[in-house]
Amino acid sequence: MSVSGFPAATPAPGPTVRSVRDELHGDLLEVSMGPHHPSTHGVFRMVATLDGETVTRLKPVFGYLHRNHEKIGENTTYLSSMPYTDRLDYLCSMTNNWAYALAVERLSGQAVPERAEYLRVILAELTRLLNHTCLAGFLLQDSGASGTPLMYAFREREKILDLFESLSGSRMMCNFQRFGGCRTDATPAWLGAAGALADGYGRFLDEFEELLTGNEILMARTQGVGRLPAALAVSAGVTGPVLRASGVDYDLRKVDGYGAYPRFAFRVPLGAHGDVYDRYMVRVLEMRESIGILREALRTIPDGPVMDPKAKIRGFRAKPGEVYSRIEGPKGEIGFYLISEGGPNPYRYRVRPPSLINLTILEDLCLGHTIADTVVILGSIDIVLGEVDR
Amino acid sequence: METAEEIRDRILARFPGAAVAVVANPGPGAQHSLLLGAAQAAEIARFLRDDPGLRLDFCSNVTGVDWLDREVAEAARPAAPDPAGAPAKGAEAKATRLQPGFLEVVYHLYSVALKHGPVVLRLRTGNRKDEVTLPSLTPIWRSCEFQEREVFDLFGVTFAGHPDLRRILMWDEFKDHPMRKDYVEPDDYEWEPTPHGDLLPKARRHYPAAAKEAPAP
Amino acid sequence: MLGTGLLQGLRVTARNLLGSFHDPKRFVTTQYPEERTKLPEAYRNFPFLVSESAEDPMGTLRCVACQICEKECPPQCIYIEKSRDKKPDANGKMQIYPAVFDIDTSVCMSCQICVEVCPFDAIEMDQVFELAATNRFEGLLLDRHALAKPNSYFHGIHPTEAAAVDARLAAARRASEEKARAAAAAKAAPKPAPADPAKAPAAPGAEAPRPSPPGP
Repeated sequence: MSVSGFPAATPAPGPTVRSVRDELHGDLLEVSMGPHHPSTHGVFRMVATLDGETVTRLKPVFGYLHRNHEKIGENTTYLSSMPYTDRLDYLCSMTNNWAYALAVERLSGQAVPERAEYLRVILAELTRLLNHTCLAGFLLQDSGASGTPLMYAFREREKILDLFESLSGSRMMCNFQRFGGCRTDATPAWLGAAGALADGYGRFLDEFEELLTGNEILMARTQGVGRLPAALAVSAGVTGPVLRASGVDYDLRKVDGYGAYPRFAFRVPLGAHGDVYDRYMVRVLEMRESIGILREALRTIPDGPVMDPKAKIRGFRAKPGEVYSRIEGPKGEIGFYLISEGGPNPYRYRVRPPSLINLTILEDLCLGHTIADTVVILGSIDIVLGEVDR
Repeated sequence: METAEEIRDRILARFPGAAVAVVANPGPGAQHSLLLGAAQAAEIARFLRDDPGLRLDFCSNVTGVDWLDREVAEAARPAAPDPAGAPAKGAEAKATRLQPGFLEVVYHLYSVALKHGPVVLRLRTGNRKDEVTLPSLTPIWRSCEFQEREVFDLFGVTFAGHPDLRRILMWDEFKDHPMRKDYVEPDDYEWEPTPHGDLLPKARRHYPAAAKEAPAP
Repeated sequence: MLGTGLLQGLRVTARNLLGSFHDPKRFVTTQYPEERTKLPEAYRNFPFLVSESAEDPMGTLRCVACQICEKECPPQCIYIEKSRDKKPDANGKMQIYPAVFDIDTSVCMSCQICVEVCPFDAIEMDQVFELAATNRFEGLLLDRHALAKPNSYFHGIHPTEAAAVDARLAAARRASEEKARAAAAAKAAPKPAPADPAKAPAAPGAEAPRPSPPGP
């Protein structure tokens, strides 16, 4: 059903290189980058048509990790879908859990105790640190700084993953939020360890920035590359740090003010140019703001139950109705749209994946740049295929 | 931000005779939506985007929903049936009629400029078999591009005016639409190491002839 | 000067390289399997069935084959068959037990929902991850003999949780014993003298001086 001039059947995956004769431009080369590629952040494929080294057309192809998560959601109960949300954006399981729990709580009018709201903010900000650290490491890895910044980033990430492990039992697949609060409470020892991590993270960021931010090679490869105009970003539904790097002040933590966020003072960093360097710097600055929110939340977390005593774990049913609810995940706006008919399973369960929608502008950003830049641009958009494909 | 009824009235003032109706949303969520007829949906969407009071420049989410044929009790219902499917109150179900199924596309719109939202739009197809074409809103909001492709891929709704309508998550030669409620998976599409329950007879059909017995049910 | 950023970066890497020889914060690799990291208590990986005693694991399983975990398990990896007879459990009460209790560890995602929904604290999360098998199908299917582990093992891996579970079960046992005692006392109470034949004979329990305490 292809309406554009793009061939209807996409070529076979693998390192195929074909020459496509085009009258005006001479020989164009069609390169299929992926799906097995170390720099495409998962099983992701870009079919790039090159004029020499310049990209004249780029089509992303994905679906290799499609598990029809939305249909699984229709066939499972509300509670049993929670572990599956861990596996959407598998780096940020706590925020995925929260987004889903928030949607179900809005659907059913379930209240959440104060301590749980603060704990959710703490875990979400830790997840933001996790994600942005991982992105910074991988961006540099993809640019060719083979291993060093990545390993420094991961060495720091391990501390956060250890915190998650001691709280929820699992490093990545936390399955921690429930409808009405969190599954278990955080002990004072855990809160102390989180505080120590927040205090030490600033020093790590200083060292990381010392390594990278002034680095001439990084600046040459990322400044001016992949500029995203603000109007295109808004129209394309781009959200998260990519949108803010283009100068648009839209952070759901401020706009929607969900959870306990209205109680914390933090700034929203905005970029001026919208290029790859801005996206990297916006994330670094967001990490610094997250440390501030973390320390404040750890200092002011109230006592009390962490789960609403009236909340049902098993046999949960929502009233008939529908809701679309969204939070500011580390990659952008992650939303859940649920339609309930009053049964134990949702009638329609939809995930709004920020990574997929941020990919809308991939071709626009890559046109006119060299093929080496596509890797850097893709890295700066920050995708996780578990979320793109679901 | 204006309520759904106020927006509907403004749309009717701008496009007299357009097919616009408010669909109430029961439950605490209270996100009421606007049901638009397919004929003028694109124009109305453009109006919603450009209107200075609404400035809905950000389409956050495009969802497809599959509504199968269902029996509804004959009661005095408004023209638009309730999508949440709550049964008619107090109906004795004396007379039921078959309400034909349809595919629905739901758009959630927000405004980045004015920081409000959501405004929910719904478009419905004629039926689930042959009248499955809806206007594409991609020319108005670029974010619909991939999401409408996904609705096309998984539900089978064709979007007229979409710049590049092809499958996005399934491969190009795939037939059928996986998210439909009546989609039947092939028996052996996912290999199960220890099938039991209703999967067991399906799995047995594909065992090699001389295989040893499956784990005893 | 052009290149100061690079030199700065090289200084950072040099600091890390030289520091890794004497500073444990700079060299964080655990030489597995000679060294092992201490796992936190909350770490979970694959469930196991709790038996009260190590000597008779099958006879003292807490599980009564209610099949709630089977229904709630998201990837449906648990398979249970109820027994046809009843056996006395650790408290002496006659219960059905699981004749078959299989968990397919190649499907299980250690989400812990089975543990959360079990009303009898019969299934808990283990911490085993060194489960390599030579057979992809039967090797990864654990039956109830492989799954049953004693309560002492549970105390060993999750001490706080095990203590809380024991306290909860002991409290429930005390409450049910109270109830049994009150019911027995009521039964032993002298029956009322034959009263007005028009009056319906009252049940013995209703003659008790006080209603039975509510169940746990």
